[in-house]
Amino acid sequence: MSEHRGIMAYSESKDLMLELLGKGSELASKLGTQLTAVVLGHDVEDQARELVSYGAQKVIVVDNQQLKEFQTEPYLSALAQLARKHKPELLLIGSTKRGKELAARLAARLNAGCVPDCLELKVDGKGKLLVERIVYGGNAIVTQIFRGKPQIATIPRRRFEKPEHNAESQGEVIHVSDIQLESPRTEIVEVKPIEIGETRIEEARVVIGGGRGLDKKEDFKILDELAQILGGEVGYTRPLAEDRKWFTEWVGLSGHTISPELYIASGISGVIQHVAGIRDSKIIVAINKDPEAPIMEMADYIVVDDLYEIIPALSKALKRLLASA
Amino acid sequence: MVRILVCVKQALDVSQLKVDSATRRLITVDAPKKISDFDKNALEEAIRIKEKLGGELFTATVGSSDAKTTLREALAMGADKAYLISDPAFENSDTLVTAYVLAEAIRKIGPFDLILCGEASIDSFSAQVGPRLAELLGIQLITYARKLGLEVDAVIAERNLEDCIQTVKAKMPVLVTVTNEINEPRIPSLMAIMKASKKEIVIWNAADLNVASEKMGETGSAVQVLDVLAPKMERKKLIIKGETAVETAEKLAKALIQEGVVGR
Repeated sequence: MSEHRGIMAYSESKDLMLELLGKGSELASKLGTQLTAVVLGHDVEDQARELVSYGAQKVIVVDNQQLKEFQTEPYLSALAQLARKHKPELLLIGSTKRGKELAARLAARLNAGCVPDCLELKVDGKGKLLVERIVYGGNAIVTQIFRGKPQIATIPRRRFEKPEHNAESQGEVIHVSDIQLESPRTEIVEVKPIEIGETRIEEARVVIGGGRGLDKKEDFKILDELAQILGGEVGYTRPLAEDRKWFTEWVGLSGHTISPELYIASGISGVIQHVAGIRDSKIIVAINKDPEAPIMEMADYIVVDDLYEIIPALSKALKRLLASA
Repeated sequence: MVRILVCVKQALDVSQLKVDSATRRLITVDAPKKISDFDKNALEEAIRIKEKLGGELFTATVGSSDAKTTLREALAMGADKAYLISDPAFENSDTLVTAYVLAEAIRKIGPFDLILCGEASIDSFSAQVGPRLAELLGIQLITYARKLGLEVDAVIAERNLEDCIQTVKAKMPVLVTVTNEINEPRIPSLMAIMKASKKEIVIWNAADLNVASEKMGETGSAVQVLDVLAPKMERKKLIIKGETAVETAEKLAKALIQEGVVGR
């Protein structure tokens, strides 16, 4: 067991990979070990160099025509062989849907433990890794430890900061070619890209959230107006996306997790799954006609009133007050 | 004719969980349990396939003896036969152990064309057991299916991968994990519930499956729980109220400016 050393990080998402390097560097220095990034793909030399400038001390590159597009089995087989050969004590995998499946299957192949969607990874006084994640639909945070190695943890997007780019950073780039890649066992029949919005709600300083208290999709224009005045973004709850099909994304445990300076929950009851997605907001305002709505329990400012009256009045007041400030 | 297995979990009913606010501990003793929501979607999908093509539909769970209630519900929805894999030695097992025990049980029940699981369980939401099971059984895997169709010897599924909608095809035997978008699970009729009480639930323990004791429970697990706590919630909870909506909005606007969270 003790032969396992080092941290290995992999994500097929380039942005998330950099975030893994940020957290990975921190953990590597705490554990007194090295951080290795893995790059899988075809014609990926530039990517490897870039990862060095973002803090990877070593980059292992598997450059192969068969890895041109992400397919689980070839990628999985490459990672499993690298993990068997290099024996990392910790594998950090980006928690996209592809990444979560990859991590679970990798864990099965390596007979290892896997903790998905870690919100925190810490090293205790004895040099042991502690990981935290949300369970019970947002009702609790569980702290777990691993009993063997390798330890596999997946990390959600935008949980940890992207590290500073440093062109001076030194690191070793190793090309590995003696890998047996498995062929894909499923056939991709069709791919329809989803348009991803330009702005990321996770990065907004102010988010105006709308829930079932809004009767029509068009009514969101009053939230849009307030968001515009505050330079923020508008977010939605899951029922508006899933039940009413007005939107394709939502804020909450299963959707976007946000931590803006200000979150204004308008017409949102505050079910625990939604609350889990906004909990880290600095200031939370709840506007709801129902004084008993659970959102009131977790708000800093509570307005028991009709959002159709309050929101436009708030827009007006803020516009005037901010202009005169 | 297809042989289908649906793996289900009796989960804590997270919508009814209560927290002891002084200690931030969850009150789990006698906390209500239910069949995990996504597993119902898996059952519904399996039932629809069976109704269309004929075949056999089994369901299995690894859990405590009270998980029988969950299996009865699965039988009432339309499964033909159920397996309860239960042993005190399985307690505190992680996903590695659960998938291993389930795989051993499936080997004993016999081969399936199609195994369905929910994308994750509502309580721990780790989405591990399905993918691990496919690996242990050495069969094809499709995760996060929101649409599923059957061909002669293959399945076609549509999955939302956040950046794209992907349609994939896999030869059977295949394990598919499903999301709640795939269907609306049926609510069994009283008649179906009564009929289900006559259906068979096979109960197997560790010895029936020849599972070695060092591979079970906490000893066999690779991940151990140290602590479970409700998140801290400290909020000001200040009520803003004016004579009119305009006045309320004015007060709120001033409070937000005071906080320094707007207008920079």
